[in-house]
Amino acid sequence: MDLRYSKSDEEFRAELRAWLEVEVPKHGTEPEQNDWESRLEYDTSWQRKLFEAGFAGINWPVEYGGRDASLSEQLIYYEEYARSKAPYVGVNFVGLLHGGPTLMAEGTEAQKEKHIPRIIRGEEIWCQGFSEPTAGSDLASLRTRAERDGDEYVINGHKIWTSFAQVSDYCELLARTDPDTKKHAGISWLILPMDVPGIEIRPLPTLKGELDFSEVFFEDVRIPVDSLVGKENDGWRVTNVTLRFERGTAFASEMYKLQEILARLKKTLQATTRWEATAWDDAALRREVGHLQAELDSLWAMLKLAISETSKTGMPGLGASAMKLYYTDLAQRVTQLCVGAIGRAALSRSPLEGLPDADFLGADLQPLSLSIAGGSSQIQRNIIAERILGHPKER
Amino acid sequence: MDFRPSDDQEALQQGVRSFCEGRVTTDHLREIESQPKAFDRELWNELAEMGIFSLQVPEEQGGVGLKAADAVLVFEELGRACVPGPVLWSHLAAGHVDGADLGETVVGGLDLTAPTIEPFMIEHLESLDRLILLKPDSVEVVEAGAVEGTSIEVPLDPLTPIHYAKSLPTGEAIGGVELATQMRLMGTTLASGLMLGIAEATLEMANEYAKKREQFDRPIGSFQSIKHMLADSFVRQEAARAAAYAAGATLDFPEVGDVERAVSSAKVVAGDAAMKNSRTCIQVHGGMGYTWEVPAHYFFKRTWVLENVFGGVHEHSDRIADRVAAEA
Repeated sequence: MDLRYSKSDEEFRAELRAWLEVEVPKHGTEPEQNDWESRLEYDTSWQRKLFEAGFAGINWPVEYGGRDASLSEQLIYYEEYARSKAPYVGVNFVGLLHGGPTLMAEGTEAQKEKHIPRIIRGEEIWCQGFSEPTAGSDLASLRTRAERDGDEYVINGHKIWTSFAQVSDYCELLARTDPDTKKHAGISWLILPMDVPGIEIRPLPTLKGELDFSEVFFEDVRIPVDSLVGKENDGWRVTNVTLRFERGTAFASEMYKLQEILARLKKTLQATTRWEATAWDDAALRREVGHLQAELDSLWAMLKLAISETSKTGMPGLGASAMKLYYTDLAQRVTQLCVGAIGRAALSRSPLEGLPDADFLGADLQPLSLSIAGGSSQIQRNIIAERILGHPKER
Repeated sequence: MDFRPSDDQEALQQGVRSFCEGRVTTDHLREIESQPKAFDRELWNELAEMGIFSLQVPEEQGGVGLKAADAVLVFEELGRACVPGPVLWSHLAAGHVDGADLGETVVGGLDLTAPTIEPFMIEHLESLDRLILLKPDSVEVVEAGAVEGTSIEVPLDPLTPIHYAKSLPTGEAIGGVELATQMRLMGTTLASGLMLGIAEATLEMANEYAKKREQFDRPIGSFQSIKHMLADSFVRQEAARAAAYAAGATLDFPEVGDVERAVSSAKVVAGDAAMKNSRTCIQVHGGMGYTWEVPAHYFFKRTWVLENVFGGVHEHSDRIADRVAAEA
């Protein structure tokens, strides 16, 4: 139970902090949410800078261009990254956090060679083709078909919630290759190039007004059989490899960012005059901030515990599965408090002179997605109750 | 950095757990409850022999020579078993009050570092030899017999007898502000450890019951409404664990963070976990949970005792806000 960082850890922190202090301001501000050309350039050129400086793929093996940092260095990386307000992983999310890691674990040598170096450099954008209109929490009931025809698969179906489909080069696609067996046993994990004929992309505006999501339709889309990752019909197992990454440390920097948001709330409240006092003089509000701060600190301690257990046993500890639920709940409570605390200024999402910035004002929207994406909070609770606490499935 | 308990720490915790499971059973708690002072002197001596009180006393002074992080693990187990008696204060007193480390002197305490509502509510007074008065800038000790206390006929926690006193005698000073601060931080941290243990025990109890109890021809644990309550208790337990361990680790090596903030966070998060998990435990047990038969009530009542020592959730939330306010 030792939280001390070593001398070389602190040297790494100093090196990273110095680099971020120079590079983050130089990279400029985030483009408009639906200016895809600028967003693509903004996100991928940042990834390229990280790569060239040796800070990309912090937990990836060196042979794949990563840094293979120790666990304490990874923690430092997440802390410093969030603290510096460095750009969000953005369009590189799926490639860096799902596709790449899955290929490393399950892909053939040829697949790894072709994709991984490009993903880590920000040269190849991936999207996710998992959910369907009729397959959400019950993902294994998916209906998109991949039928074998000689050396090709022929894809027909309909995916949804596909972020960044418009700008993606590849899609990690789950499709049914055997319709005649149990639902989990007939699924395959495929690499689908997004520039082949038969793909139609229809953007689906989110409640934030951004067009990150799309529906993707496939009509007789043909891809070679060597697009398969893992064995045919073994896609459910491969998927669980992917999801494990998502529920692990994928959100670490986002978790730490909540600390920054709460700190900004405090500053905003201290600067907001209410009658003769400031908003910070509101004892109830202050107590709520203190309470949330306690929980954010314990969330960060949970991450430290989970990472330490991973280093010792190779598997995240039991606390790791509780972490996503706790993080999601905290993110929503923190942002609800922020927006609630600024009163009628919350009615504008545009920047207003002298009032809290627009990013802050819109902050209560994004976290609504967290308790739905990557396994809803209800599914997470079922997982904890069934796999950790040992209760039978509800039938 | 390796935040996981070490092999030695795990062995220490397992040792205390095995002892408690064999010795501090529900039947035994009921037996203690039926005794006039609700105090088991034999159990006290056994806890002393195990080194519970002398755990943090340096080896050259005859103690075990362990640190705060180790003590958190030990108190987690004492909380899990709902071990009665002034264990926390006697642990704090060890090395400062003669005989506390060996269990020969039973030491209780009263935290006067925060505003206290008079009359003073004193735990276990009849079993005590000495009473620590923990003030903001000094630590005093008085003879328990010198305290004019009136017994409360029905204490909230049947295992924590209470006396009230309208005034307190002046004690003998055994330390200044440094010791007072150290005792307050250690006491808060170990109370958090006890509450972590309560959060664990009440989840475990509810979880086992939900597997056995059948309604509508199936175990109630198969229903999502019950599953989700238990999953939420699990999340609170794991958050409390991380917070309480972090407080211990920060007390041992203050360079890793803000000690006051880490300790207050632990009391807030472990306090919430104990309070909510013990209530959930009663709810999952249904009508039986509302009876004296099911031991859930011991844990719920003990939670209120611990919530009211060294400051509760509200007070520590306020303290954290004050510390945050002072930051740039």
